Amino acid sequence: MTDTLSTATDEKAPPQTPRQRSAARMADAAGGRLRWLVLKIVMLAIVDAVALYAVFVLFLHNEWLVLTLVTAVTILVNWIYFSRKQIPAKYLTPGIILLVVFQIFTLSYTAYIGLTNYGTGHNGSKDQAIASLMRSSLVRVEDSPTFDVTVVERVGELGLLVTDPTDGEASLGTNLKPLEPVDATMEGGKAVAVDGWTTLTFADVLARSNEVEELAVPYTDDPNDGAIRTQDGQKGYLYTSTLVYDASADTMTDTTTGTVYTDDGEGAFTSESGEQLLPGWQVFVGFDNFVRALTDTTIRGPLLAVTAWTFVFAIVSVATTFFLGLLLAMLFQNTRMRFKNGYRIMLILPYAFPAFLSALIWAGMMNKSFGFINQVLLGGAEIGWLTDPWIAKFSVLLVNLWLGFPYMFLVCMGALQGIPEEVNEAGVMDGASPWQIFRRIKLPLLLVTVTPLLIASFAFNFNNFNLIYMLTGGGPRFEDTAIPAGHTDLLISMVYKVAFTGQNRDYGLASAFTILIFIVVAVIAVISFRKTKALEELN
Amino acid sequence: MKVNKKSWLALGGLAVASIVLAGCAGSANDAGSTDEGDATSTLTVWVDSERVDALKGAADAYSEKTGVKVDLVGKDTGKIKDDFIQQAPTGKGPDVVMGAHDWLGELSTNGVVAPIELGDTAGDYLPVALQASTYEGTTYMLPYAVENIAILRNADIIPEPATSFDDMIAKGQAAGLTSPFVVQQGVEGDPYHLYPFQTAFGAPVFGTDAEGNYDPADLQIGNEGGFQFATWLGAQGAAGNVNTDVDGDIAKTKFTEGEAAFWLTGPWNVGVATDAGINVAIDPIPSPTDAAAQPFAGVKGFFVSSESDNKVAANDFLVNYIGTEDVQLELFKAGNVLPALTAAADTAAADPIIAGFQTVGADAVPMPAIPAMGAVWQYWGIAEAAIINGADPTATWQKLTDDVSAAIK
Repeated sequence: MTDTLSTATDEKAPPQTPRQRSAARMADAAGGRLRWLVLKIVMLAIVDAVALYAVFVLFLHNEWLVLTLVTAVTILVNWIYFSRKQIPAKYLTPGIILLVVFQIFTLSYTAYIGLTNYGTGHNGSKDQAIASLMRSSLVRVEDSPTFDVTVVERVGELGLLVTDPTDGEASLGTNLKPLEPVDATMEGGKAVAVDGWTTLTFADVLARSNEVEELAVPYTDDPNDGAIRTQDGQKGYLYTSTLVYDASADTMTDTTTGTVYTDDGEGAFTSESGEQLLPGWQVFVGFDNFVRALTDTTIRGPLLAVTAWTFVFAIVSVATTFFLGLLLAMLFQNTRMRFKNGYRIMLILPYAFPAFLSALIWAGMMNKSFGFINQVLLGGAEIGWLTDPWIAKFSVLLVNLWLGFPYMFLVCMGALQGIPEEVNEAGVMDGASPWQIFRRIKLPLLLVTVTPLLIASFAFNFNNFNLIYMLTGGGPRFEDTAIPAGHTDLLISMVYKVAFTGQNRDYGLASAFTILIFIVVAVIAVISFRKTKALEELN
Repeated sequence: MKVNKKSWLALGGLAVASIVLAGCAGSANDAGSTDEGDATSTLTVWVDSERVDALKGAADAYSEKTGVKVDLVGKDTGKIKDDFIQQAPTGKGPDVVMGAHDWLGELSTNGVVAPIELGDTAGDYLPVALQASTYEGTTYMLPYAVENIAILRNADIIPEPATSFDDMIAKGQAAGLTSPFVVQQGVEGDPYHLYPFQTAFGAPVFGTDAEGNYDPADLQIGNEGGFQFATWLGAQGAAGNVNTDVDGDIAKTKFTEGEAAFWLTGPWNVGVATDAGINVAIDPIPSPTDAAAQPFAGVKGFFVSSESDNKVAANDFLVNYIGTEDVQLELFKAGNVLPALTAAADTAAADPIIAGFQTVGADAVPMPAIPAMGAVWQYWGIAEAAIINGADPTATWQKLTDDVSAAIK
């Protein structure tokens, strides 16, 4: 044992020449490069596999444009990472793809919707709207019987073999040929087959579902007598249509009243008196939604009120939480304070609960008749914490203060610790009062660190949907507006209501609002960050 | 390495490609939907998640009989309608969707549902179910359940049904209860739950035409009865019998803890009450007038997508299968809501609770599904909430009427 061990050490020992040392270094480096290369290949293989799957799916759905783009991106990504030269691109590519997918695409798509009339009644394409109108205009002829029908076929053409329920006679017709009596094979009183035609099985009927649905066999030569249609391939009914579509003139005519509806360019067939046939379809309406948001008085009123309140809410929320947090943080700096950890845990508690849950609990506590605050704390006072317009605003700010100050407290504590004690001592030496030291020295130093966080907090509160949705639901409602907004609604919760509540959705208008919000937040962010830079340069 | 012009161009190309890559998930393509090989043999049905199991048996039996595979997809109740409206036009939606009749106006206005011909079976359904499934003279829904509110009475506290609204309050007070009667409201009111009292004053929202369809041009909410109702509601608010601070949860707690003996609510809350050990009886809604208090009826059913490539199978599955007594009873067992098929409803009414709701439902009127109703809901609740909280009933009701008629125009 000892022998082998000693020989091993002996072999390991020989002194290396400089040449050997450099060779070892190169081998090492090559090994490292190999590891990276393997990792790179594995990662790219995953990307390529996903892309290949996507291409396969897209191919099945005939999505040629997307397929081409996916292929192009994949090839590009492979090229970038296998190339020895594209070093900046290697770092930028993942970030840019994510930026495009999650930010630019979302924003562009929202902007696009904002320029359309997408919403209730304008949901699909024009073809779909016409098909839907035609279907719903079918009226069953009054007192007409139920016909037993059999779907039959001859050289690709479908026909209906109809049994008249009154006399049991069989007749046959197609889309083009009205019903004519035929000699048919009967089975249980129902005509099931006729010479020269193949009877379709149920599976065949299902396979040609669309054709069967389109099958309308004229009852007689007179089109006003209606046509027999079947929905399930077994029973047929006699229908007349109240609408006629003229493809060349692009008009719909109501046969009962004679009213002509024309495409008004706004996504619906409209009569001269302005009556619209719905469903309509989606069209590009340009800046109509933006114009409406800013000029329609029933929308502009609430929009302005909500915008003003959104700013007040965001600014006051940031200010109150920041100053309360700062105050508490400064108290904690006092070395004479005892039980610091216990207090700290209590202060951070609100931060530890999910915000929407806290808001929900607050909503319960603030109930006018049964809430804890009125019942227990105020001895049965009936204060409308959430129902009076002004008090509701105050409640929202109060709850947000409760939810938000722990964060500011933590941030300020960190920032205050970063300010050297010498600054304080220098101030004292120069005879400054504690307030002057705080106001002139500590606060500016603090703001340099904290301002970006305040801006982020402003942006967060500007869109603080959770709190509003769970606490007041935006209420109390404005009483006479065209959109269901309320006194405590923020822009974001108003957008939600316009787009996703009630029976008349307006995705176009909601998207227009969203773009307006985006512009406001972006402008504020840009201005604020410029200001921050100026602050930094001061130091 | 410098970032040269070429690499920026490359990145730009990448960016564009990714946009479309992200968009492909939601993009519409009509060409794609027609050539799916298995489209004819699979029927996609969107169902409330809780009812997937109830339909499973029927779906399997139908597959066995016809060879058509029925693919039941459980969807979140709250999202099913919006998802359907958004996906149907892309051709990627389901063939059949389960829903409620008051969606009809919205679905039909968006053109996403196809008519259903019930034919001779139409007469087999409860009249209210049939009426609710029809929109502007066309039937779009195969109904399977009828739901309406009624009075849940705590029979241990009050053994006898109340004869009128005042009698109900008096009985409860005699039993020593501070709030004998609870009904769910909220800061924005809840007109659905107050509607029986409004109809008792002879003020429906819309008048009906000869065929029983709601006529949006005939707004009835502001008739004389409407103002009488508003005055009555103001008095009830002042007396504390109706309170906007009572939301669904508070009403539930008060009833299950025995603080209230009468609870105006629907079958969906019966289970909660019986689980809490309350001896529940179902009574007609005590009217504040001599006329009957008619609640809204909500009818549940199935719609066929207008973009389905499988309409024949879809119609066959609904009309000739879901419309049978066995399947309706099976759905009843899962939801405990009165079946829409008369024969199934009579069988289900062996349960006294269901029988109670059926009796009340005989007076029920379908909730209007016309889009004009959206304009009513928008103002209705807040006006009622204001009146309950002491606003002048006449002026507030007049404003409601004006706002609604302006919005409908």
